Amino acid sequence: MTPVKALDAAAHRRMGPMDDRASARRARGKPKGRGVDPAARAEVRALLGADARRRDLLIEYLHRIQDRYGSLSAARLAALAEEMKLSLTEVFEVATFYHHFDVVKEGEQAPPAVTVRVCDSIACEMAGAADLLNKLPSILGKDVRVIPAPCVGRCEVAPCAVVHRNPIGNATVEKVKAAVQAKAFQCGEPSYVDYARYRKFGGYRLIADCLAGKRTRDEITKIMEDSGLRGLGGAGFPAGRKWRLVAAEPAPRLMAVNIDEGEPGTFKDRWYLERDPHRFLEGMLVAAWCAGVGEIYVYLRDEYAGCRAVLERELATLKKNAPCALPPIHLRRGAGAYICGEESAMIESIEGKRGMPRLRPPYVAQVGLFGLPTLEHNMETVHWVRQIVEQGAGWFASHGRRGRKGLRSFSVSGRVRKPGMHLAPAGISVRELIEEYCGGMLEGHEFYAYLPGGASGGILPASQGDVPLDFDTLQPLGCFIGSAAIVILSQHDRAAAAAKNLMKFFKDESCGQCTPCRVGTAKALALMDEKSWNQPLLGELSQAMMDASICGLGQAAPNPVQSVIKYFPHEVQ
Amino acid sequence: MDRVSTQQLATLPIEFKLNGRTVVGRPDETIIETAKRHGVEIPHLCYMPGLRPDGNCRACVVEIKGERTLAPSCCRTPKEGMEVTSDSARALLSQKMVLELLLADMPEKQYRKDSELDQWARRLNMGLPRFKARRQPRADVSHPAIAVNLDACIQCTRCLRACREEQVNDVIGYAWRGEHSKIVFDFDDPMGASTCVACGECVQACPTGALMPAREAGLQLIDKTVDSVCPFCGVGCLLTYHVKENVIQFVSGKDGPSNHGRLCVKGRYGFDYVQHPHRLTQPLIRKPGAKKSVDIRMTPGGWREVFREASWDEALDLAAAGLQRIRDADRAALAGFGSAKGSNEEAYLFQKLVRTGFGTNNVDHCTRLCHASSVAALLEGIGSGAVSNQVNDVANSEVIFLIGANPTSNHPVAATWLKNAAQRGAKLIVADPRRTDLSRHAAHFLQFNPDTDVALLNAMIHTIIDEGLANEAFIRDRTSGYEALKENAKDFSPEKMAPICGIPAATIREVARLYATSKASIILWGMGISQHVHGTDNARCLIALTLMTGQVGRPGTGLHPLRGQNNVQGASDSGLIPMMYPDYQRVAAPEARSRFEKFWGAELDPKPGLTVVEIMNAAYDGKIRGMVVMGENPAMSDPDLEHARAAMAKLEHLVVQDIFLTETAYLADVVLPATAWPEKDGTVTNTDRMVQLGRKALDAPGDARADLWIIQELARRLGLAWDYAGPKDVWNEMRGCMDSIRGITWERLERDSSVTYPCENEGDPGQPVVFQTHFPTATGRGRFVPADLIRADERPDKDYPMVLITGRQLEHWHTGAMTRRSGVLDAIEPEPVASLHPLDLAQLKAQPGDVITVASRRGSIALYARADEGTPRGAVFIPFAFQEAAANLLTNPALDPFGKIPEFKYCAVKVAKGGARPADPGYGKGRSLALTAGA
Repeated sequence: MTPVKALDAAAHRRMGPMDDRASARRARGKPKGRGVDPAARAEVRALLGADARRRDLLIEYLHRIQDRYGSLSAARLAALAEEMKLSLTEVFEVATFYHHFDVVKEGEQAPPAVTVRVCDSIACEMAGAADLLNKLPSILGKDVRVIPAPCVGRCEVAPCAVVHRNPIGNATVEKVKAAVQAKAFQCGEPSYVDYARYRKFGGYRLIADCLAGKRTRDEITKIMEDSGLRGLGGAGFPAGRKWRLVAAEPAPRLMAVNIDEGEPGTFKDRWYLERDPHRFLEGMLVAAWCAGVGEIYVYLRDEYAGCRAVLERELATLKKNAPCALPPIHLRRGAGAYICGEESAMIESIEGKRGMPRLRPPYVAQVGLFGLPTLEHNMETVHWVRQIVEQGAGWFASHGRRGRKGLRSFSVSGRVRKPGMHLAPAGISVRELIEEYCGGMLEGHEFYAYLPGGASGGILPASQGDVPLDFDTLQPLGCFIGSAAIVILSQHDRAAAAAKNLMKFFKDESCGQCTPCRVGTAKALALMDEKSWNQPLLGELSQAMMDASICGLGQAAPNPVQSVIKYFPHEVQ
Repeated sequence: MDRVSTQQLATLPIEFKLNGRTVVGRPDETIIETAKRHGVEIPHLCYMPGLRPDGNCRACVVEIKGERTLAPSCCRTPKEGMEVTSDSARALLSQKMVLELLLADMPEKQYRKDSELDQWARRLNMGLPRFKARRQPRADVSHPAIAVNLDACIQCTRCLRACREEQVNDVIGYAWRGEHSKIVFDFDDPMGASTCVACGECVQACPTGALMPAREAGLQLIDKTVDSVCPFCGVGCLLTYHVKENVIQFVSGKDGPSNHGRLCVKGRYGFDYVQHPHRLTQPLIRKPGAKKSVDIRMTPGGWREVFREASWDEALDLAAAGLQRIRDADRAALAGFGSAKGSNEEAYLFQKLVRTGFGTNNVDHCTRLCHASSVAALLEGIGSGAVSNQVNDVANSEVIFLIGANPTSNHPVAATWLKNAAQRGAKLIVADPRRTDLSRHAAHFLQFNPDTDVALLNAMIHTIIDEGLANEAFIRDRTSGYEALKENAKDFSPEKMAPICGIPAATIREVARLYATSKASIILWGMGISQHVHGTDNARCLIALTLMTGQVGRPGTGLHPLRGQNNVQGASDSGLIPMMYPDYQRVAAPEARSRFEKFWGAELDPKPGLTVVEIMNAAYDGKIRGMVVMGENPAMSDPDLEHARAAMAKLEHLVVQDIFLTETAYLADVVLPATAWPEKDGTVTNTDRMVQLGRKALDAPGDARADLWIIQELARRLGLAWDYAGPKDVWNEMRGCMDSIRGITWERLERDSSVTYPCENEGDPGQPVVFQTHFPTATGRGRFVPADLIRADERPDKDYPMVLITGRQLEHWHTGAMTRRSGVLDAIEPEPVASLHPLDLAQLKAQPGDVITVASRRGSIALYARADEGTPRGAVFIPFAFQEAAANLLTNPALDPFGKIPEFKYCAVKVAKGGARPADPGYGKGRSLALTAGA
C-alpha cells in the first residue's frame, strides 16, 4: 500500500463514510460495462442495412466498418455486438485476432489513413525488406503508417510493399513514396480470361454436361482418381478420394475453397486466379457436383485485393448468365491470418470466429463448416479439374520425372534470374528447376541451399539439389514439398538466418491456442537468437512441438530448426 | 456387422490397451477418464470435469500406435484394439515440455496454494525450467471480488469456458493471437469496469490462481469446510463454506442438483454479513418513552437512544407477557410474520406457535408479497402451488416461455440453465416490459407494455384456438371449463390486442404457434406476473396456455413460478400462511382442522387468518395490537411504507427476532438476537421442490441464539410444553402431518443433502416431474379459468405521468439487510439508483448519475439516475433494497382480490431532476473494499 493510500484508508476509518461527492462518484449512472453510443449504433446500422445479422458474417461486417472508418472504434464494435446479439467479448476477440483490423479503444489514437505494409517474409527479407522498413517511416512521415507484414504472396517481385491495397513489386523507397504521393492505393487489375471468353472456348460445357446427365459422378470421380491429382494446398490428399469420402457422408454437405494462400514463398493460386478465374470456378462446380455439395464458400485472403475484385465481378457475371443451375456460392474475405490457410481454422474463420484450428477427429469431411460434412479444396486443385477431364487422366499422369507423376506449379523465388510460377513435371530436381525454368542463378550468386516447401518444409543444402521434388520424396530428409514454394539461397545467405526469419513468422502467426506452438515458437526464437544454439534443448522442444501441437503450423514450425542442426551445423556452433 | 442403434453403440464397452494393459472403456468416455478409472493418472491442465474438453494445453498427450502425432487424451475416445501409451519416453517428453514451457512463464509470487501446474511438475519430478520468462502482464485489481493476475495465466481457457459455456455470462474472451493471446474481459477492459457479474465461476475454474478471490482469501489455511445451501434466492444452490477461526474465508459451489457447482455473486461473495459489526448480539428492550417514529433514520450506534440491553430471561419474559396480555383479552388481536428466509423447521414451529399458542390463524410471510396470486391461480386451476417441473428440466424443452421474470438478476444460476438451453438451440421467448440481459439469448423478445399481460396472453390463447393448435385430446381427457375459455378468448384476437400490449399481431401469433406446437414447451414466470391487482388473472392465462396445449406432465414442459426467497416454497409448505395448515390443508376444511387439532393436541381457530397487508391495515385500525416478527422486514418490504410503518408503530406490543436491527426491529418493544443461516442446522425447500440441508459452519456471535430455541422459549412462556432438541425433532414431527415429505428422513438429508418431494415413502426417489397422469384436484382434472382485461389500480395521469416498476438487482437481496452489509456486494452496488430510459432522462435535463426525485401520491424519494435503454419509455425501475431511498414509500397497496398481493409492479409517479443526496446508511464496508482494492 502506498503511503498516500494508507493515509486515505486511515482517514476513512477515522472519519467514517466518504463525503457526498466521493460517494456520488461511485453511483454508476449506467449498467455494468460499456453501453452502446446511439451515434455509433446509427452508423453501424447504416453499414449493415437489411443484411442478415448472422454470426458467420461477423468478419465481413468488421471489414465494412474498417473499410469505411479506417479502424474499429470501441463504440462501433459495441454497436456491432448489440446488432448481432453477440457479447462484447465475442466481437473483440475476433477483431483482435486478424492483422487487418485496427481496434481503437476510447482514448487511443486511430491509425493514420494510409498504411504501408512491407512484407518481411523470407523472399522479401532476402531482397532488402529491412532496409525499406528502416527508411520508409521517416520519408513517408506521420500520416503514413509503415508496418512489417507476413508474406503477401508476391515473392517473385520481392521485396514487396503494399500501399493500402496497392502492391508495389521490386519495391524501392522511391517507388513506394511515388505511390503514396499519387494516392495510388488500389490494386491494379490483371488482364484475364473473362466469362465471355472462357465460354467461347468451351468453358462451362463440362459442368453443364454433368448437370444435364451426360456425365456421371462416378465417371468424373474415377478420372480424378486415375489422374493421381492430389490436393495442392500442401497436404496432398488424393482429390478423387476426397470427393468420394464427402459424397458418402449424409447430406446436406458443403464445400469450402481455400484461397488463403499464405505460406511464405507461395503465389501460384494468385497467379492462376489473375489469369483464368473461370477455370477454377468450373472445376469447383464440378467437384461440388461430384461430392453432392449444395452450397459453396470461397475463402480468399485479404491480401489478394485484386483477385477479390476479379472474383466478385466474375461471380456476379456467372450468376447472372448461369450456364446451368448453380449452387449458392459465397465469397468470404480473410482478414490477415496465415493460420486460416489451415483447413479447420479456415472453417472457423468462415463461421465468423477466431481462426483457431479444430482438433481432429472428427475430420472436416465428416464434421466441417457449420458442423456439416465439408469438401475442402485448395483453389489450384480444382483449377485442374476441367483440363484433366477434357484431356484425360493419362494426360496429367504422363508428366513427371524420376518415376513421379503429374505437373506441379512451383512458386520460385530467391536468388534466381527468373523467379515466378513455373509449371514443371513432378519429380524435377531443384537444380533442373533452376537451370531449365529459372534461367539459372543470379549474377554473383552460387546455389547454397533451398527451401523446398515454403516456411514449413525445412531447408536443404545444395548437396541435396538432385532429389526429386514431389509429395513423399523429401520426408526421408526431414522436409516436405507442401505447396511447392521453392526459395533459393546463395552463398550470401545463411540457413540459420532464414530459419530465424521463418520461426519469427511462425511465432507471429501462431493462433495461440496450444502450448507447444504458442509458447514453443516464442521460446525457440529466443534460443535461436543465441549465437551458439542450445541444440539439445532446441531438439527436445522441436520434438514436443512436432508431436504435441494441434495443427500443422506448430508441428512444422521446428522443421527449419531441425534442418539447420542437421545440414548446417557449422552456422550455429 | 449387425446394425445397432447409435444409442446401443454409445454404451458398448470398448477394449483397448493402455500402457500395455487391457482396459475397458466406452465410446463416450475419453481416454483420460478411462485411464483415471484404471488408476493411471495423466497430467492435465485445461481439462476439468464438467467443462467441455478443449485439448489446448497438450499436457495430456499420449501415444496412439499408428498415429503420426501424439493425441490429447482429454479429447480422444478409444477405438477397439487401440494401443495407447501415456508413459512412453515420447509421450513423457511432450508432457514435460508442455509443463516446462508454462512453468518458465510463472511468476515467483503464489496466488493460490499449490497450483495444479506445480502439482503436476512435482509429480513428474521436473526441475527448474530452462527457458527465459515472457514479459509479464500487469495485475488487475479493479474488481472488489476477484483479483486478476495474468502473470500466472497459462491460457488454458477454463475460465472462458466457465464464463461462456457454463454460466453464459459471455464476459471473458481470448483475444489477440500467438504469444500475445490474452484472457480479456469485454474489450480487454479492467474487470471492475467490464460487464462481469462476478459469479466467480472463472475463479473456481482457474488452475493456477491467475483468477482468485480478492485480498488473497484463497491463500488462507482453512480449518474446516462445511457443506450447506445458499441463503439467498429460491434456486437453492448447494455450496461449501471454507472456514478459518470461525470466519468464512471463501465459498465454493458444490455439485447440487439445482446448481451443479455453479453460484452467483451473492452466493459466492455475499457471506460476510454474518460478521458485520451491526449484528445483534444481546436482547434489547425498548426504553420507556422511546417514541416509535415512522420516519426511520437509523444510524449505526444510534440504537442506544431507543433500546437498552437485557438478559435473555428478562427479554423473553417481557416478550411473552405482552403477547399473553393481548391474547387473554382478544386472541384475534395477535398476529405473527414468519419468514421465507428461515428454515422449514422454524417456519413450521412458528406457525404452530401462532395457531396453538396465540390461538389465531393470523400468520403469514412474504410469500404474500411475491407469488400469492400465482399460488391462488395454481391451486384453483391444478390443485398445487408448487412447480410442475424443475428449472434445469429446460434442458429437455424445445420452447421456453419466460414472462415477467429477470432471472439473470434474481435467479442467476437458474438463468444459466435457460441460457444453456438457448445455446443448445431451444427457442427462448422472453416477454417483459423491461429489456433484460436474457433478451440477447432470446429467439423472440416481447417488450410488451406494462400492465398488459392479460392482453398479450389472451391473444396467444386466441391464436391457438383460432389456428386449431389446441390439444383436443388433452383438453377432453384432463381438463374442464374449456368452453368458457374459448368463448372468452373470442374477443382477444392478436390484431385487436396488438395496440394494447404493443406487440405486433404477427409476433404474437408466431410465439403462440411455437409454444403450442413444440414437442416440449415450458413456462417460467416471476413477479412481473404476480405483483399486479390482476396477478391471479395473469397466472390463470399461463395455466390455460399449458392446459389447452397439453404442455404439462412431461419432461421439458409445465409451469414454473420462479420462487423468490431461499425457502419461500418450504415456508408455504410448512403452513406459514393464514388459510392453510402444513401441506396446504385448508383451515376452512373441518376435516383438516380436526386432523391438526388431534395432531397438535390443541383447539384451533376455525377462521382463516389475515394476510400480510390485511394485518397491517388491521394494526393501523387498532384491531391487531400485538405481533411477533421472525426475520421479516415489513417496514421495508410492504407497499406504502408510510402506512405500514405507522401501523407497526401503533402496535401495543411488537417482538422482533432478527440478526440485524432492521427497520422493523427499530419499531419493536423487544428485539431478540437470532442466528444467521451459516450458524445453524435446518432444511430449506427451493423452487424445484428440493428439500436441502443447511449445516452449521459458524458459532453465533455474542449471545445470539438459534431461532428454534427462541420460538420454543416464547412458546413455553405462553404455556406450551414443547421440548424439541433440535431441527431433527421438528422435521420428524412435520413428516407426521405432511404427506409430501413423509418419506424424507433426516438421515437421508444428511447423506444426500437434497431430496425432491413429493416423496411419500422412505426410499422414494422423489418426483421431478409431476402431473403426469392427473392433477391433484378433486376431479383429477385441470380447470380453465378465463380472464378479462383489468387495468392497474393507479394509472399515470397528468400529475403523475410515469410508471414505477419495483424489483431487485443482482447484488442486493430483498430489503438489503444482509447484502448491503456484505462488503463485495455493497462495493459493487453501493447506492440507490433509479433506472430510466436515456431519452426520458434527457427530457428531465438530467445526466446519468445525477440525483433525481421520484414521487408518488404516497411518498417521495431521492436517488441516483441510471440511464438504461432496457427500461421502457415512461417507466422508472427502482430496486427496493435501499433504506435511504425506500422504493416502497412510493408503491400502491392495492391488492389482487384472490392472492391479496399488492401491486408492486405498477403505480403512477412523477420524476424531477434534483433532490437531496441519499443519506449514508452507514454500512461502510463496501467503501473500505473500494479503497483497499487498488492498494
